[in-house]
Amino acid sequence: MIPLSWYLILGAILFAIGVASFLIKRNIITIFMSIELMLNAVNLTFIAFASHWHQVSGQVFVFFVMVVAAAEAAVGLAIILAVFRSRETLNVDQVNLLKL
Amino acid sequence: MTSTPNFYLWLIPILPLIGSAINGIFGKRFPRTLVASIALLFPGAALLQAFWVAAQFAHLEQTQIPHIERLFAWIEAGQAFHVEYGFYLDQLSLTMLLIVTGIGFLIHIYSVGYMAEEGGYYRFFSYLNLFMFFMLTLVLAHNYLLMFVGWEGVGLASYLLIGFFFLKDSAAQAGKKAFITNRVGDFAFLLGMFQIIQHFGTLDYDKVFKGISSLPVEAGVGFLTATALLMMVGATGKSAQIPLYVWLPDAMEGPTPVSALIHAATMVTAGIYMIARSNVLFLHAPMALRVVAIIGALTAIFAASIGLVQTDIKRVLAYSTVSQLGYMFMACGVAAFSAGIFHLMTHAFFKALLFLAAGSVIHSLGGEQDMRHMGGLRKLIPWTFWTMTIATFAIAGFPPLSGFFSKDEILWKAFSDQTHGSWVFWLIGWITAGMTSFYMFRLWFLTFFGERRQPVHNEHEEPTGAVHAPNAARADVGHQSGLKSSDAGSHGHGDHGHGGHVHESPWVMLGPLVVLALGSIVMGWVGIPEALGGHNKFDQFLTPVFHTSSEPARSAENFSTEPQRSQNPASEKALELELATASVGVAVLGFLLAWLLYHRRTELPDRIAASMRAAYGALLNKYWVDEAYYATLINPIVNGSRAVLWRGIDVGIIDALVNGAGTASKGISGVTRRMQSGSIRSYAGWVALGAACVVAFMIWMGLHA
Repeated sequence: MIPLSWYLILGAILFAIGVASFLIKRNIITIFMSIELMLNAVNLTFIAFASHWHQVSGQVFVFFVMVVAAAEAAVGLAIILAVFRSRETLNVDQVNLLKL
Repeated sequence: MTSTPNFYLWLIPILPLIGSAINGIFGKRFPRTLVASIALLFPGAALLQAFWVAAQFAHLEQTQIPHIERLFAWIEAGQAFHVEYGFYLDQLSLTMLLIVTGIGFLIHIYSVGYMAEEGGYYRFFSYLNLFMFFMLTLVLAHNYLLMFVGWEGVGLASYLLIGFFFLKDSAAQAGKKAFITNRVGDFAFLLGMFQIIQHFGTLDYDKVFKGISSLPVEAGVGFLTATALLMMVGATGKSAQIPLYVWLPDAMEGPTPVSALIHAATMVTAGIYMIARSNVLFLHAPMALRVVAIIGALTAIFAASIGLVQTDIKRVLAYSTVSQLGYMFMACGVAAFSAGIFHLMTHAFFKALLFLAAGSVIHSLGGEQDMRHMGGLRKLIPWTFWTMTIATFAIAGFPPLSGFFSKDEILWKAFSDQTHGSWVFWLIGWITAGMTSFYMFRLWFLTFFGERRQPVHNEHEEPTGAVHAPNAARADVGHQSGLKSSDAGSHGHGDHGHGGHVHESPWVMLGPLVVLALGSIVMGWVGIPEALGGHNKFDQFLTPVFHTSSEPARSAENFSTEPQRSQNPASEKALELELATASVGVAVLGFLLAWLLYHRRTELPDRIAASMRAAYGALLNKYWVDEAYYATLINPIVNGSRAVLWRGIDVGIIDALVNGAGTASKGISGVTRRMQSGSIRSYAGWVALGAACVVAFMIWMGLHA
C-alpha cells in the first residue's frame, strides 16, 4: 500500500510544475496544457483522499472537474484557433490588443 | 348648497390655458391666421361664459353669495391643514372676471393687428393666453394659496411678455427687473399667508374672514396688523406702489398690447384686488390701513410728478398708471374699497384705451415713441385721435366721462370718511388730479397738435415689400426699434421705416379702440353718486362684499360713516358737490396749462425747465430712485455675490471640493492602474503568490494549533 503522502507530494510537484510553466511559457498551447496539468494534480489529490478515507465524494468531484475541463478545452481551443487565425501567432505577449 | 347651480367656473381659466397650450406647442407650424383664431377663440369663449355666469349670478339669492365651487382636495397635510382647488364667486370677483375677460379679449383682438408683422407671433399669443389663465385663476380662486398660484403665474407671464423681444438687451433686463422686484413683494405675501395659516389653520377666504371677524379690531400693532402689512407689501409689488414701483415703467419694453393688458388694465390691479378681497383683515388693522392710504397717496403724487416731464409716450402712460394705482391704493386705505374697485374698473377701460391708442400712434409712425418727434397727427389718424381724446378726457376727470366719477368717489371718500380719511389725502389726490390732467393733455397736444416734428432721418421711401404697403404702415420695421437690428431673421426689411407717410391703423386695431372708448364714456355711469343725482349702483352692488363681514366691527368701533352722512344729508351733498367742482376745476386748470405750454407758446417749457433746473433734473431722472436702489441694494448684492458667493464660496470651496475629488481619484488611479497590466502571466503570478501566502498561513496556523 502506497502511503497517502506520496500521492500528495506527487500532486504538489505536478501542480508546482503546472504553475511554473504557466508563468514561464509564452505559447498559448503550452499554457493551456499547464492548466490541464494543474487540474489533474488536483484530481490526483482528490482521488488519493477518496481512496484513503473510503469516501465517494472525492471521486464525484473528480468527474465534475473532468467534465468542466473537457468543456474548457473545447472553448479554449476554439479561442486559440480564432486568435491564431487573426493574429498568426501563439505568443501571449503579442496578444495584447486590449492593454492600455 | 344643494340647490346652488353649477356655473362650471373651472372652465373659465382652463379655456385660455388650452389656447395657450395649442399655440405654444403646435403654433410654430401653424399659419398666422390659425394662430390668431385659436388665440381669439378661447379667451372669447371664456368671455362668453363670463357673461353667462354674470347673467346667472343675478338670479342667485343673497344667501347663496358667495358662490363657492370646490373641485378637489389639492394639498392635504394631515388633519391640521388642507387646501382645496376651488373657485369663489361674489360681486367682487364677478366684477374682476368681467374686466379681465372683457378687456383681455379686446386687447387680444387688437394684438392680432398690432403684432401682425412681428416675429414670434404664436409665442406672443401663447403667452397672452397663458396670462389670461393665471389672471382668471387669481380672481376666481377661493383661497389665498390658489390666488398665489395665479399671482405668481401672472408674474411669469408678465416676465415673458416684457422680455418678448428678448434679443434686445433692455427688454431682457426689464423682464428680470419686473420679476425680481415682484419677488420681494411675493415673499412678503407668502409670509402673510404663513401668519394666516398659523392663526386660522386655513387659507379659505370664508373661513379666514369669519375667524378675523370674531376678533376685536386691533388698536395697536398685533398679528393682524403684521399680517395686513405683509399682504400690503405683496400688493405694492404687484400693483407697483412705493417702494416697489420701479419695475412698471421699465415694463414698457414689452409690446404695447402687453402694456395695455398686463401693465395697465389687469395684472397690476391684482394688488388692489387682494387688498379689497382682504378688506376684513385690513378693517381689523387700522394701522395697516393707514399705511396703505399713505403709500397710495405718496405713490399717486410721486409718480404723477415724474410723468410731467417724460418724453416717451409709453413712459408717461406708465407713470400715469402707477399714479392711478396709487389712487386705488389710497381708496382702499381709507376703507373705500368699492371706490377703489370702481376706479380699477374705469381705469381698466380708459388706460387700456390710452395704451392701445398710443400703440396705434406708434404703429402708424413705424416705431416712434418719443413725443418730441410727433405732433400734428390729428388729421392723419383721426380714429386714433378721437378715441385717445375720449380716454384723455376720461383720465383727466372731465364729467361725464368715467374717470370723473370714479376719481371723485375716491377723493370724496378720502375727505369724508371719519375714521380712515383725512383732508390731507384729499389734498394730495386733488393736486395729483391736476398733475394728471396736465401731463395727459401735454401728451395729447404734443402728439396730435401743432406741426409734425420729424426725426432727422427720413427720405428714401422704398417700397418695403408690397405685401403690407397699404395698411400695415411700416409695422414691418418693428415697433420696437431694437428688434430690427438684432432680430434680422424675422424682419427681412431694412431700417428705412421712419418718416414717410403716416397711416391709420387697420380696423382690427381700431375696433377695440372704439369699444373701449364707449366703455370709457359709459362705465362711470354705474357709479354716479347721489349728490349728482345718481344712485351709486356700483357701490351698492359691491356692498355685500365690503360691509357684511365688517358690520360688527364697525358698530363696535362706532366709526360708521353712514349715520354721519345721514345726519346732515343736505350739507354733505353740498360739500360733495363743492369737492367735485374743485376737482373738475383743477382738471380744467391742467388742461389750460398744457394748452398754454404745449400748444400756444411752445417755447415756454424749455424756458421753465432752464429756470428750474434742479427740480426739472430730479423729475427727468425720476428722483434718482433707480440709482439709489443701485447704490444701496443692487450693487452691494451684486458685488457681494461676485466677491464672496462666486469667487469665495462657489469657486473657492464648492468647485475646489469637486475638482479636488477629481484630481485625487486621478492620482490614486494613476498608481493603482499599474496593477492591471493586461499580462495574463503577471495576474497568474499574483494569484500564485496569493495562494502561496494562504498556504503558508495555513501551515503556520497548523504548526501553532
